[in-house]
Amino acid sequence: MTLTAIAFYAFAIILLASAVRVITAKNPVHSVLFLILAFFNAAGLFVLIGAEFVAMILVIVYVGAVAVLFLFVVMMLDINFQELRQGFMQYMPVGLVVGIILAVELVFLAATQLAGGPVGGQANNAPIPPVDQVTNTEAIGQILYTDYVYAFQVSGLILLVAMIGAIVLTLRSRPGVRRQQIGQQLDRTRAEVVQVRKVPTRGGV
Amino acid sequence: MEIAAIFLPLLGAFIAGFFGRLIGDRGAQIVTCAGVLTAAVLSVILFTKIGFGGAEAARTIELFTWIDSGTFEVSWSLRIDTLTAVMLVVVNGVSSMVHVYSVGYMSHDPHRARFMAYLSLFTFMMLMLVTADNLLQMFFGWEGVGVASYLLINFWYEKKSANDASMKAFLVNRVGDFGFALGIMAIYIIFGTVEFDGIFAQAASKADATFHFLSWEVHALTCACLLLFIGAMGKSAQLGLHTWLPDAMEGPTPVSALIHAATMVTAGVFMLARMSPVFEYAPVALEVVTYLGAATAFVAATIGLTQFDIKRVIAYSTMSQLGYMFFAIGVGAYPAAIFHLMTHAFFKALLFLGAGSVIHAMSDEQDMRNMGGIWKLIPGTYTLMWIGNLALAGIPFFAGFYSKDMILEVAYAKHSAAGSFAFWMGIAAAFMTAFYSWRLLIMTFHGKPRASEKVMAHVHESPAVMLIPLVVLATGALFAGFVAYPWFVGHDMNAFWSGSIVMLAGEHGTIIEAAHHVPGWVPYAPLVAGLSGIALAYVFYMFSPGLPGAFVNSFKAIHGFVFRKYMFDELYDALFVRPAMKLGFGLWKGVDIGVIDGLGPDGAAAVTRRLSLASSRVQSGYVYHYAFVMVIGVVALAGWFILAR
Amino acid sequence: MELGSIGLAHYLTLSAILFTIGVFGIFLNRKNVIIILMSVEMMLLAVNINLVAFSVYLNDLVGQIFTMFILTVAAAEAAIGLAILVVYFRNRGTIAVEDINMMKG
Repeated sequence: MTLTAIAFYAFAIILLASAVRVITAKNPVHSVLFLILAFFNAAGLFVLIGAEFVAMILVIVYVGAVAVLFLFVVMMLDINFQELRQGFMQYMPVGLVVGIILAVELVFLAATQLAGGPVGGQANNAPIPPVDQVTNTEAIGQILYTDYVYAFQVSGLILLVAMIGAIVLTLRSRPGVRRQQIGQQLDRTRAEVVQVRKVPTRGGV
Repeated sequence: MEIAAIFLPLLGAFIAGFFGRLIGDRGAQIVTCAGVLTAAVLSVILFTKIGFGGAEAARTIELFTWIDSGTFEVSWSLRIDTLTAVMLVVVNGVSSMVHVYSVGYMSHDPHRARFMAYLSLFTFMMLMLVTADNLLQMFFGWEGVGVASYLLINFWYEKKSANDASMKAFLVNRVGDFGFALGIMAIYIIFGTVEFDGIFAQAASKADATFHFLSWEVHALTCACLLLFIGAMGKSAQLGLHTWLPDAMEGPTPVSALIHAATMVTAGVFMLARMSPVFEYAPVALEVVTYLGAATAFVAATIGLTQFDIKRVIAYSTMSQLGYMFFAIGVGAYPAAIFHLMTHAFFKALLFLGAGSVIHAMSDEQDMRNMGGIWKLIPGTYTLMWIGNLALAGIPFFAGFYSKDMILEVAYAKHSAAGSFAFWMGIAAAFMTAFYSWRLLIMTFHGKPRASEKVMAHVHESPAVMLIPLVVLATGALFAGFVAYPWFVGHDMNAFWSGSIVMLAGEHGTIIEAAHHVPGWVPYAPLVAGLSGIALAYVFYMFSPGLPGAFVNSFKAIHGFVFRKYMFDELYDALFVRPAMKLGFGLWKGVDIGVIDGLGPDGAAAVTRRLSLASSRVQSGYVYHYAFVMVIGVVALAGWFILAR
Repeated sequence: MELGSIGLAHYLTLSAILFTIGVFGIFLNRKNVIIILMSVEMMLLAVNINLVAFSVYLNDLVGQIFTMFILTVAAAEAAIGLAILVVYFRNRGTIAVEDINMMKG
């Protein structure tokens, strides 16, 4: 077995195992941590296959932002440890069957479709240049900012909307919370606040 | 004029019925009485014209076509021949007297307008029946009088006993009507038409026709005539379908007089007489009629002996006399039956209205055991009741003598087993008739008063408006017999009837002619029977009042059986009513509710509810359920896609 | 599909299984809503693996471009989803899956 194969299988097994642990862990914090592990292994796979930019982006964005966000929320909300409830067992057989059928179908499609080779008729828009000439990152950048610049900008807009949306959803003003009212502060005139009094020595105010 | 004689009562009924509130009770009474009195006068004129006018005088007036469907054509026509004319006089005459009488009798009733309207409606229906030119129109009148009878018996509709009685009358009549309807259908199958002209013309030729019924060969005319007779049994309360007549006394007394004495119950007799051309060719049917009529006459008289309600005694007397009429028809003497019908109408109506007068005087008391000793207080009614009873008992010179004697003579002259049976039953019934009639008279009017002092103080003679009709009827009861004798059954018989009644001639001519040649003792037998009945009544009730009680005690079982009307009601209840109710109940619960409702509306509704309840569980509210379903859908689609390639 | 040398098929199979696990996570979990969100992320990850694998084996860089966009959208969606979750928790006090059945018909 070549190193590639070993690496692949290692990454793959850990990925799948942690995926399963995500959904079966009792402690939700554990679930998130297993998710992070899954992402890391996926990134490893990507590196193995030669798409290192995507791999790094996966680590930076998914693990660094999204998974951490998950962790924030999990710790912020008062989530109890929960035993596997009864309903889980009740649905398990049916769900298992459906899932297995789904998996089998997907694999079947993959296996049979591949025999035909790449689908003809579609022009190869962006052939991957050899790695020793152009790095993966640079290659992506050459296409992203030229042919797909509109999509790129739109995705930026999506992010903007998401940010605004998150704020709109969760911002609340609680009554009784004292905040600074900058406007009022700045509106203050000297006359309202300061008073000059002639105070005799040892007289008091 | 004919149309006026027949439709004036309808007009009266219509106006009084629908505009009674507008014109007031007085107005309703005037309208209906005027209508029916005018009709009566016109009927008498018609009678003289047609009865003495010979065969050409008979007429048929076609009004309009009723049904015209393929080969079946029926029209509304008025057939007015001698038979019809006689019935017109009887119906309109008695009805007009009853109308006038009701003005007085019902004077305390709040629903006078309705009563008068119903009376006139009944009159019209009866007139339709007798003037029908085809069986279907007769059936219309037949049913119509049944409806009117129901409405009138149930006039005091808040009384439960009246409700029950009217239902009973209608239902028992229905059984008869079913037979009649089947008879009409049989006639149609045999003759191809329901019009009388057509039927009578073909009667002789169909004498030997037969039906095929379930592998039997049935003599067609016998079958049809028996079915028609079943109809007559129901309407005329012959033995078997008679249970409704005594209970029909729940209605007001004028109703009993008009419907259950003079007219409706005689519709059966009339129908058989009308169908005489056909019956003459069905000798088996005629024999059945004879036996049944004779049995009815006898049984009814025995029951009448034991009853205490004054109206019931007279009702059983009616049933008995109807039996006479039927066995007269059975031996083929249709004119004698119609003759007795006419005389009976007069004196029976007189008796009923007289009884009504007594009831009125005794403050609505009907039980004879609570009457007595009032003959000096209401002499007019007393005299009139005497006249009626003398006519009923067949005392010479009074009307009943002529007609009753004629019937018994023809029964004897028939010289057949059925005829002899009828004759001896008739004699026995004549004896008993006289007995219970005088029992009624003595118990009601003589002896020590058995009513309370308050009632006795109130006894008063009826007003003139009630007495005058009684006098008119009494005139009929006195004179109708010997005056009409020659035309109905005497020398001028053929000229009078002139073809409206058909009798086949035997070796000695028709049966009526043969009746004039019976041995000498035969005409006197009924007289002897009647007089001995009267004498016995006097002995039992006037001279030794203890005798009846002792007699009853020694024959307790028989007396009980007869008093309970031979347990016919109980028998019918067990045989028909209870099983029918059980069947109806079972079908209702089991089939109607269980099967039809269960499969149909209720079932569909319940299934829909269950289905929708089940379907609503799909909307569980859990998103992951929905996601699961979506995944299943995707899997299914993908699977189909794979497998389809 | 031979086990020795890794080919496209391996990656696709891996992706399929990972996707299935993600689907399981959505409807088999009885614990809380966060698991659902994490399962969605896993499904998106599986799709990404698929895209990248095809991109490499078909020698077409567009696959990886598309992966970037998916990533972006996934991040946005996770943010919004968590915001909703927070607000929901504020109103209801629980994020147990079984208690979220207000759309029950």
